Amino acid sequence: MMKVVRGFYSVAHAVKLCRPNVVCAYPITPQTEIVENLAEMYANGELENCRYITAESEFAAASILVGASATGARTFTATCSQGLILMSEVLFNAAGMRLPIVIVNTNRALSAPLSIWNDLQDSMALRDAGIIQLYVENNQEAHDAIPQAYRIAEDKRVLLPFMVCMDGFKLTHAYEPIDLLEQSVVDSFLPPYKPAAYLTTKKPLAFGCYAPPHVYMEFRVVMQNAMDRAKAVMGEVFREWAEVSGRDWGGHLEVVYPEAKFFVISMGSIVGLLRKVVEDLRKKGYEVGLIKLRTFRPFPAEDLRKSLSDAEKVIVLDRSVSMGYEGNLSIELKAALYGSSADVVSMILGLGGRDIPREFLEKLIENAILGKEGSGFKGVKDFEEVIP
Amino acid sequence: MKLKINLGAISEPLQSENLKTGDWGTEWAYVDKDKCTACRICEQFCPEGCIEVKEFGEEKYAVVDHKYCKGCGVCASVCPQEAVRMEIKELFKLEVC
Amino acid sequence: MRYFGRGHGACPGCGLAIAVRNVLNALDGKCFVANSTGCLEIISSQYGKNAWGVPYIHSLFDNVAAVASGISEALKAVGREEEGKVVVLAGDGATADIGLTLHGMFDRNHDVIYICLDNEAYQNTGHQQSGLTPLGEATTTTPAGRIQLGKTGRKKDMVAIALAHGSPYVATSSAVLPADIRRKVKKAANIEGAKYIQIHCPCVTGWGIDGKDVVKVGNLAIETALYPIVEFENGKLVSVRRIKERKPVEEYLRPQRRFRHLFVDPRGKEIIAEIQRIADRNAERFGLDLKKE
Repeated sequence: MMKVVRGFYSVAHAVKLCRPNVVCAYPITPQTEIVENLAEMYANGELENCRYITAESEFAAASILVGASATGARTFTATCSQGLILMSEVLFNAAGMRLPIVIVNTNRALSAPLSIWNDLQDSMALRDAGIIQLYVENNQEAHDAIPQAYRIAEDKRVLLPFMVCMDGFKLTHAYEPIDLLEQSVVDSFLPPYKPAAYLTTKKPLAFGCYAPPHVYMEFRVVMQNAMDRAKAVMGEVFREWAEVSGRDWGGHLEVVYPEAKFFVISMGSIVGLLRKVVEDLRKKGYEVGLIKLRTFRPFPAEDLRKSLSDAEKVIVLDRSVSMGYEGNLSIELKAALYGSSADVVSMILGLGGRDIPREFLEKLIENAILGKEGSGFKGVKDFEEVIP
Repeated sequence: MKLKINLGAISEPLQSENLKTGDWGTEWAYVDKDKCTACRICEQFCPEGCIEVKEFGEEKYAVVDHKYCKGCGVCASVCPQEAVRMEIKELFKLEVC
Repeated sequence: MRYFGRGHGACPGCGLAIAVRNVLNALDGKCFVANSTGCLEIISSQYGKNAWGVPYIHSLFDNVAAVASGISEALKAVGREEEGKVVVLAGDGATADIGLTLHGMFDRNHDVIYICLDNEAYQNTGHQQSGLTPLGEATTTTPAGRIQLGKTGRKKDMVAIALAHGSPYVATSSAVLPADIRRKVKKAANIEGAKYIQIHCPCVTGWGIDGKDVVKVGNLAIETALYPIVEFENGKLVSVRRIKERKPVEEYLRPQRRFRHLFVDPRGKEIIAEIQRIADRNAERFGLDLKKE
């Protein structure tokens, strides 16, 4: 059913259709409206077999979900930025305990200085945790991602937490016409959560045991193996979703103009803008293509190598920085391209919600193709450092 | 033999029973069955759960499982009949030269 | 099936182990245990050496109350509450200091029995002070030195905190009163809401006592009024364990290595006097003395 709704509603609606058992809420801009919409649904009795808990912090919210998920419940929460970092201790723990918790992260910059506006610094800080990360371009993709997230996370070959990343404000608060899913479609796509091992008095098990050196390493190898298997499972689920919904979002990446010599690569809502920019540059005669990276973890290194095997130059648009080194996507891409002869230009822009005008972006990429623009922060104002 | 790696480090119940902690201490508890009235106070106090009242035909008295007894002495200190004594293990009966 | 197996790694004479066995027996093993990082977790849940015979989860140090809340809510969501009671077993450090999520559990009144196993320090990591370490105790982070003689702060009143949150059942007990533990746990199991029971657990290694002195020392804590054994229902005091003949605090302090410095250093006398005042205040506040002077 087509409806013009805001991003946060499209997420909340999809979560409702996935029949969660425990939903935890803690407010943080710009995700708050997601949990508010769910609260309304809960108050109106639209969430069956569900308990909605107003946690006292994001750390508490994630911890409640750990207990709930271990007991066999399907769980959900949404957070970002400070909240994500606050719950990071629990998320690392949940990943190690192989609990398929689904989180929507409404990408927001990290303090200090405080910023409620969008960049990818928060989810990048969690990239080592063992959590699957999917970045969506628009609200329809966010809506579609939720049932897929549960399917993938709860798959016995995976069993890891799943983070759907959507740009704060740019997507969460934007109105879009969304083809809202029907309950019957989600029910046939997503079966009820039936964990193999869970807390029950019928079969007492101990969760979260500690592992001395003689055995810890194998647990981490097993997690990495699960991440590797997730690549294939995600591919399967993406393909099945395309058939079920009629919307094909691609695989771990989407490549536009695969024969191009120059590629622009990025994640999130900026990709929507880049589609237009790439078209305009091609009209000007540049052999430029676009790579939308959807799955950041597990990182699809082989897919990227294959897509860029004949590329002359790759222009990476990062919206986060690993302080002391480079933009996160650039670091990972360069590692994936080790040995390749392609040139990589690493550009960091749009931090803290800094606007990226289309003309500015077009000029930037054009100059990068022509070798007139190098790596570094882009769109920075003229400033001087002062100690007050 | 392959190392068993359970999902998420989950463990099956009561595996600790394989660990015979009876070799920890220098003493073991012994129950004088004639003094024991099977009141079960020792059962409630033993941190290990290795002293239990058992039935032997007509008789009923507490028995210590030396496979697990760490020789802490708590049972001996609470028995109202003073039926439990702590005795140094043979291994530690050393002669001073 | 046993609820708590033998062969666990607790020190000989460990008060925690006595308390835990009695808690689980009181519930006939029909429970879900959430346990924070600490002595109990380390001695019982090493991978492959699990001592638990009941469903058990260990997550982190600081979130056990929230994890238990999540278990309770999940059971309600899927209609499985009848399977068993949700119980938290947490140390004093995990409760009074780092256990931030405790307040949320109380605030929302989740159906959980929160049991604080109080051995009065972070014993697992080698006896560092916690919020429930009493005045004057020497720990590795509040040692007895030339200038400072052990902890100068007070023992946090977790009972008051639980009552302030409106907990329907708040009680204290001791590992040396196993029948009392069982009675209170059974009572808590029949009350809906976030309940708090604090159990004093003598620690042979941390307190510096022998296994054979555990019961004597544990009882002295009660008989000197330093550890009042009380019970509150819906905020009202419903029972106290009265003391027939109150003993001076020295009798309790002297046998323990953690208080030995108070008897060696002349300045220790003042601290002992302050500890006596604390005991006197406890006795008055709860009406612990059987004989009225």
